[in-house]
Parts: sequence; structure tokens; C-alpha cells
Amino acid sequence: MTAEIHIRCRGLEKRFRDKAVLRGVTLDVRTGETLVVLGGSGSGKSVLLKHMNALLTPDAGSVEVEGVVLGNCREDDLARIRRNVAMLFQQAALFDSLTVAENVAYPLREHHLCAEQELRERVRVALDMVGLAGTESLMPSELSGGMRKRAALARALVLEPRAILYDEPTTGLDPVVAAKVNHLIRDLQRRLGLTGVVVTHDLGSAFFVADRIAFLHDGRIRFVGPPEEARASTDPHLHEFLTAA
Amino acid sequence: MIGSEALRTPEQGARAALPTGLVAFLDALGGITLLSGNAVRTAFRRPPEWRLVSEQLEQVGWRSLSIVNLTAVFTGMVLALQLGSYLARFGAKMFVSRIVGVSLVREMGPVLTALMIGGRVGAGITAELGSMTVTDQVDAIRALGASPVRNLVVPRLLAVLIMLPVLTIIGDLVGVLGGLLIGVTELNLSAAFYINSLTQVLLLEDVFSGLGKSIFFAYFIAAIACYEGLAVTGGADGVGRATTRTVVAASITVLVSDFFLTKLFMIAT
Repeated sequence: MTAEIHIRCRGLEKRFRDKAVLRGVTLDVRTGETLVVLGGSGSGKSVLLKHMNALLTPDAGSVEVEGVVLGNCREDDLARIRRNVAMLFQQAALFDSLTVAENVAYPLREHHLCAEQELRERVRVALDMVGLAGTESLMPSELSGGMRKRAALARALVLEPRAILYDEPTTGLDPVVAAKVNHLIRDLQRRLGLTGVVVTHDLGSAFFVADRIAFLHDGRIRFVGPPEEARASTDPHLHEFLTAA
Repeated sequence: MIGSEALRTPEQGARAALPTGLVAFLDALGGITLLSGNAVRTAFRRPPEWRLVSEQLEQVGWRSLSIVNLTAVFTGMVLALQLGSYLARFGAKMFVSRIVGVSLVREMGPVLTALMIGGRVGAGITAELGSMTVTDQVDAIRALGASPVRNLVVPRLLAVLIMLPVLTIIGDLVGVLGGLLIGVTELNLSAAFYINSLTQVLLLEDVFSGLGKSIFFAYFIAAIACYEGLAVTGGADGVGRATTRTVVAASITVLVSDFFLTKLFMIAT
């Protein structure tokens, strides 16, 4: 059976000044799966992720989302695509000057998607989904690290995207909160059928949420396959990465 | 680094042959021009959120009023004091109000107000946008399908363009009042004489010349501040450096452009 491809990366290359971060990354993300991109710090995981919703443009290569080549899109078209490919940032990236409810409502207001009454209901449902009911009036500075991540997830989910990109979703969280976030990622995939790409170097999280694992090293994909095959891989860099933990 | 990608040019070839300082200057000039063009296109394509504009109007205008007034009143007082004692030697202190008034309205009012706003508002804009850039908030706006230019740049640009001329007029008036205070208390001139003498020589074109300059200054300050904020790299340290660059660049641009704008307005009038 050939699975449908949601996000297709072909030969991605990216340099920042003299440093080559991606050196020809080719990777497919199948519709409905959770693909985990593993790799050490500075291996280019976040840079790869930011190509998948065109926050970054490649120096060479291409990214397709649901068959649309992002490189050919104007900013207006990209805005429409980004509504369907949500992103959870490593630092949550909540807007400091807005309350939790205003943060979650931000994309709905921006795109004029619903009336104020319905908007409040959608914000409530999104916060409820991530276990943050009752935090509407709090400011981001009043939230713990885990709550900030979950509030950012609610903001990402409120537009009802078809895919979600998670940048280090458990980094900086204690094990209990990290486990909650991992369960949430799995739960969202099961309940909403979301395609997920998780960038992490947290092996516990990776093996819990992954349908498939990709290993990025030195700007190249060294391995792609199911978690059990990753464990049995003979690639020396992946083996070292998995056993070092 | 990532949040400002839209502002950057990846070309590397010819850059290596040029001095680093020149490359940085041309990069900034190109970035500011592109950002300005983008802001104008965005503002015309989809009107800005007026709630965001009014917040910025308050931030730029109302909250800068005290520092602008303080600068203006003391500048007017010092000018009157200096000129009064100097002109008195030639028996010409009755001309104080004319010289103080015209120099304030045509020159010192617009320039000093712009320098104050460049320092207070320009630095504030860069620090705020820079902090948002390094904490991924600018990328988050893009990731949510929204436009950082529409939501962050256009309201700030509009607010500075509207409020700097308004603050300049207020500064001119307060500066003239400062001069009047010294004229009456130190130079023994009557208030009526001081004002009459000034209104005899002050033309509408003097006021328009000052206001015209302030519109250009407003654009320079806001465009530099927004560009520097969105181009920040390197965390808190980078925000600090960008803020300093904004104040220096805005001040120098105001002072240098003032000369050319003065020439331009002299030719035009």
C-alpha cells in the first residue's frame, strides 16, 4: 500500500553565512502519521521544520505541502497554507502582551473566521482540549513552562489544521509534564487524525509518539523508518545517538 | 536569524570584495527600502487594524509629550538668554523673539523633536520588535497565517508619521513660550511686543518647512527602528546592540538629512 504524502522535502539545502545547515535533505511525511526527526543540538532539525511551513526558504531544493510547491507561492498563498500546517514553537512564542484567551483567539480574529460569540466558544474548546480550561484571563508570564506549551498548542489547534509541526515540544519540561505533552500529541493524532512532525532530541518522547523516525546528522537524513528499525539500525551515528542516552 | 529571513539577501559573491562596513550599510539600506515598500503595499492592500494604530498613537504621541515639551521649553529659554545678552550689546535685543521663533520653527523644533523621538520611540520599537523576534513571536505571527508587516510595522510607521509632526507643532509653541518667558523676565521685553514682533516675520512657509522635515524624519526613524527590530539576531545581547544602532542611525540620519531637506525646502519656497 502506498501512503499519501502530506509534506514532501526534496534535496533541501540551507546555509547561514558560511555554515551549511542542510545539505540535501529528502524526506516524506505521510498523511496522518507522526514522524519524529531526531538529531543532536545544532544538527538542523528546527531549520528543517521551518522549511515545512515556509518560515524559511531553501537555498536549493523544494518543499511540497499537499502537492503545492511552497517555493512557487506568494505570501498570501503561504498564509493560507500555514493555516493548515500549524506550528508549536520551542519557546511556545505566546504573545507577551495578550492574555491566554487573546493568544488563542488571535488567529481567529486575524482571519475573521467567526463571530465574537462563536470565537469565545472555540477558544474555550481549544483550551479544554489541552487541559487549560479556566486560564483564559491569565497572562503568559503567569504560566509554567508546560502550561505555556499547551496554551501555544491550543492556539495552533484553534484553526483546525491538518498538520502540526512540533519544535522540541518537551524541552525544558519536567518528566511528568513532558509525559502529559507526549500523551497530548498522541491523543491529537488519534482524535483529529493530524499529521505530525516532531523535532526532538528527547528519546523517551521520540519513541512514545513516533510512527516513524528520521535521523538528521550533519545536515543529511541518515535513517528513516519505524522505531523498532531505528533501534536495530547499523548506522554508526544513529547507534551512537541512541546508546549515548 | 530566522525571524528576519524575509529581510535578507542571500547573495554572497560580490559581497566578499567589499569592505564589511559598506556591506552592512548597503544591507541595511536595502532591507529598509524593501520593508518600506512592503509596508506601503500591505497598508493599501488591507487596511491596518485601527486598534493597533491607536495603541501606537498613544505610545508615540501622548507618552512622548513631556520629554518633547521639556526639551522645547529649555531650548527656547536658552536661545533667548544667549541671543538676548549678545544682541543687547548692539542694542538689538528687540529682535530676539524673531530669531528665536524662526530658528525654532524652521530648524530646532523639528530636529530636536525628531532626536527625542528617535531616542525614546525608535529605541522602544526596536527593543520590542527585537524581543519578539528572538522569542519566535514574529515567526509565530507568520506561522498563524498573519503578516508581521501588517500587524507590527504598519501601525508603528503610521503612528510615528502622524505624531511626529503633531509633537513638532506642540514643541514649537512650547519653545516660543520658553523664549517669551526669558524675554519678559530677563530681557525686560513686554509679552505683547515679543509676540507681535514674532508674528510680523514668521510666515506660514516657515511652519510648513518645519513640518515637511518632520514627516521625513518620522519615516526615517520608524523605518530604521522596525528594520533593526525585525533583523535582530543573537538573543538579549543582539536586542541591546540593535537598539543602540537604531538610536545612532536615526540621530545621524535626522542630522544629515536635515541639511539636504533645508536646501530642498529653500529651493521649493
